[in-house]
Amino acid sequence: MSTLTQTPPGAENPVFYDLDEHEHPPGHSTMLGFWLYLMSDCLIFAMLFAAYGVYGGSYAGGPTARELFELPLVAVNTTMLLLSSITYGFAMISADERKQGAVLGWLAVTALFGAAFLAIELYEFSNLIHEGAGPQRSAFLSSFFTLVGTHGLHVTFGLVWLGTLMVQVSRRGLVDANLRRLQCLSLFWHFLDVIWIGVFTFVYLLGVLR
Amino acid sequence: MSDDLTKTIFGRLSIESFPIHEPILVGTFAMVALGGVALLGALTYFRLWGYLWKEWFTSVDHKKIGIMYIVLALVMLLRGFADALMMRAQQAIAFGGNEGFLPAHHYDQVFTAHGVIMIFFVAMPFVTGLMNFVVPLQIGARDVSFPFLNNFSFWMTVSGAVIVMMSLFVGEFARTGWLAMAPLSGIDYSPDVGVDYYVWALQIAGVGTLLSGVNLLATIIKMRAPGMGLMQMPIFTWSALVTNVLIVAAFPVLTAVLAMLSLDRYVGTNFFTNTGGGNPMMYTNMIWIWGHPEVYILILPAFGVFSEVVSTFSGKRLFGYTSMVYALIVICILSYLVWLHHFFTMGSGASVNSFFGITTMIISIPTGAKIFNWMFTMYRGRIRFELPMMWAVAFMLTFVVGGMTGVMLAVPPADFQFHNSLFLVAHFHNVIIGGVLFGMFAGVNYWWPKAFGFKLDKFWGTVSFWCWVVGFWVAFTPLYVLGLMGVTRRLRAFDDPSLQIWFVIAAVGALIIAAGIGAMLMQFYVSIRDREKLRDTTGDPWNGRTLEWATSSPPPAYNFAFSPVIHDLDAWHDMKQRKAERPTEGFRAIHMPKNTGAGIILAGLSTVVGVAMIWYIWWLAALGFVALLAVAIGHTFNYDRDFHIPAEDVVKNEDVRTRALQSAGI
Repeated sequence: MSTLTQTPPGAENPVFYDLDEHEHPPGHSTMLGFWLYLMSDCLIFAMLFAAYGVYGGSYAGGPTARELFELPLVAVNTTMLLLSSITYGFAMISADERKQGAVLGWLAVTALFGAAFLAIELYEFSNLIHEGAGPQRSAFLSSFFTLVGTHGLHVTFGLVWLGTLMVQVSRRGLVDANLRRLQCLSLFWHFLDVIWIGVFTFVYLLGVLR
Repeated sequence: MSDDLTKTIFGRLSIESFPIHEPILVGTFAMVALGGVALLGALTYFRLWGYLWKEWFTSVDHKKIGIMYIVLALVMLLRGFADALMMRAQQAIAFGGNEGFLPAHHYDQVFTAHGVIMIFFVAMPFVTGLMNFVVPLQIGARDVSFPFLNNFSFWMTVSGAVIVMMSLFVGEFARTGWLAMAPLSGIDYSPDVGVDYYVWALQIAGVGTLLSGVNLLATIIKMRAPGMGLMQMPIFTWSALVTNVLIVAAFPVLTAVLAMLSLDRYVGTNFFTNTGGGNPMMYTNMIWIWGHPEVYILILPAFGVFSEVVSTFSGKRLFGYTSMVYALIVICILSYLVWLHHFFTMGSGASVNSFFGITTMIISIPTGAKIFNWMFTMYRGRIRFELPMMWAVAFMLTFVVGGMTGVMLAVPPADFQFHNSLFLVAHFHNVIIGGVLFGMFAGVNYWWPKAFGFKLDKFWGTVSFWCWVVGFWVAFTPLYVLGLMGVTRRLRAFDDPSLQIWFVIAAVGALIIAAGIGAMLMQFYVSIRDREKLRDTTGDPWNGRTLEWATSSPPPAYNFAFSPVIHDLDAWHDMKQRKAERPTEGFRAIHMPKNTGAGIILAGLSTVVGVAMIWYIWWLAALGFVALLAVAIGHTFNYDRDFHIPAEDVVKNEDVRTRALQSAGI
């Protein structure tokens, strides 16, 4: 069977030890590992989406999605996050061209858009809570706040990471380790974007239609 | 001090949180404290702290981390088994008005702690430890993909274990059963700290499990020796690959569902409450979507061990390697399609129950194929009944019964009778002890010489083996009988005196198992004492077939001075067959990761945060969290994470090995 034996037994001088090997460069499996982590994170969101899917109509006599959601505000919010993804992309292009100043500049712009997204989200949350539509009001609001809030926590964490990385890039420059970290944060940032598209569609747009 | 101030500083922790009125707990605490003081004193007296810290606690060597995982599993096995003995004793005497010796409040904690500890802190670390130790060696790698992460994962698991152990003496543990089903686990029905202990222990340990899953996956995919395609991987590595796919795909579900439960408890959300639009059955569904893959996370590595053991000790290539691999993959996929069989009685209707009943029964097909493959491997082999092989044979006989009672439970109409009965309890102990534990014991006996350089004592190993196997059957056959008679699980006292004899027999079985555990500890002691007599100088004590036997026992820090090149599935057997010459010169410096204390510090801070959250000590939780973040960020500023083992050291090491092999006549 070909899968079991590559060199037929009795073949001339098979090599059994690699005497002239090349080391695995440091971080050679970082991107794969980080991707696997992201997929596991994606499953956490999958569960939260599932919970929202089940509880999306469980208003418990409280306010409904149609009454609560303000689409114009969410549209601005979404724009902020999408723009931050584009500017992160510009940061990566500058990194490929090894332009450290440009990388730092684009990262700062990304951070601003990210912070704007968070600020608008917090504004929305505080409005809802003031109207008596906090996470304790109904299962619908519990699952809404948890799903959107978890995404928001991820963005917050991404901002902390972004700040740390800016310090590291400005101190050490675009060394291999930092380029790898930029790549990972890039994956993370775009991943949050994709999740948000899901939130925007399934929570806000479909919620208003419901 | 004013009440408010005390509350701010200590949260809900008070003098009453310490169970000084419960003699059993005070006695246990005294024993643990004495033992602990003796251990710490001995470590200090023999000046072992520096050694432990430098060589073990901060080590990023996958072999040492693997061994530490297994030590953790064995220690926690003693705790979990003490719980089991208490339950068996209670149920054996609590008849006809006799209340036994455990009050309800305590008994409920005991069965919850027993389940949680045995699954999360015995079986999981055992499995993870074995995979950690063996996989890099089997694929000819020098370490895992992310050595620091490996150390961190281990300490997060320890942190979870510490939190569970703490609940014994400070406050109390959950009284909900090992899955903390809602709404019982909600704040209305469990207002005390028990469920919070449960949630934080599992969340913290879960981080470790998930990251170690990611780590091993990346290792297996990226770090195989040249020539080792996926279908040339040793079968244990295959089982580890599939297991870690399951871990990465299942544990986030547990994280999410426990997070929602804690939001219900801390914030007052309505996910699993009876009111406010919540639905407790969501919890049941979601936790079993994690829970069923979890049992395969435990059993698949055991299957991998048996495959290696049966093939090695039959002196034959594993029968049906390809079908074994496909069976693993099919089980992996099916394990996500059966979760509802844990609650057929929920009332989802005939169609839904039929679907899940059928998918469950289908799993027995790949599993059965594996059993037949092991038997065909033995057929016309030269079988050596060494300890690992004995465990493998006992497994095949025991596990088949457990599998068949599982198929009985998979029939929805029958399940309405079996549900929550002792029949179910007997079934899952049948597969977890007879499958997972026997597999881990086979693995320990099989790979111990590789880890420490000497074999385990056969006499005490045999005593332990017979006590475990006989004890298992004596302890759990009565539970099958009682379950068929309709006795439900988790009962503390019984009215019908005719049932008592069965519980007494079960208690005797538990005592026989206790003797098995004692004999196993004795086996370790005797083997360490007689290590010179049991010494393995060849690195290949069992005439093995896979790469881990190609290096010395114990392996050097770098595992292989030169990466082996693979031409055959049984790579080491092939190398021996074709007289591959081990290179004795031309060694080079080897690039290795540096040890770091960051993992243990981060896990320690996580413990602080967890405990502070459990007791509502908000300032400490916030402080701990900020410290956690600061240490984590600080660690990323350390770019100097590797070093080279100088070529002279490698030469010195390998020369010792050359001489050892010469004197062994190889």
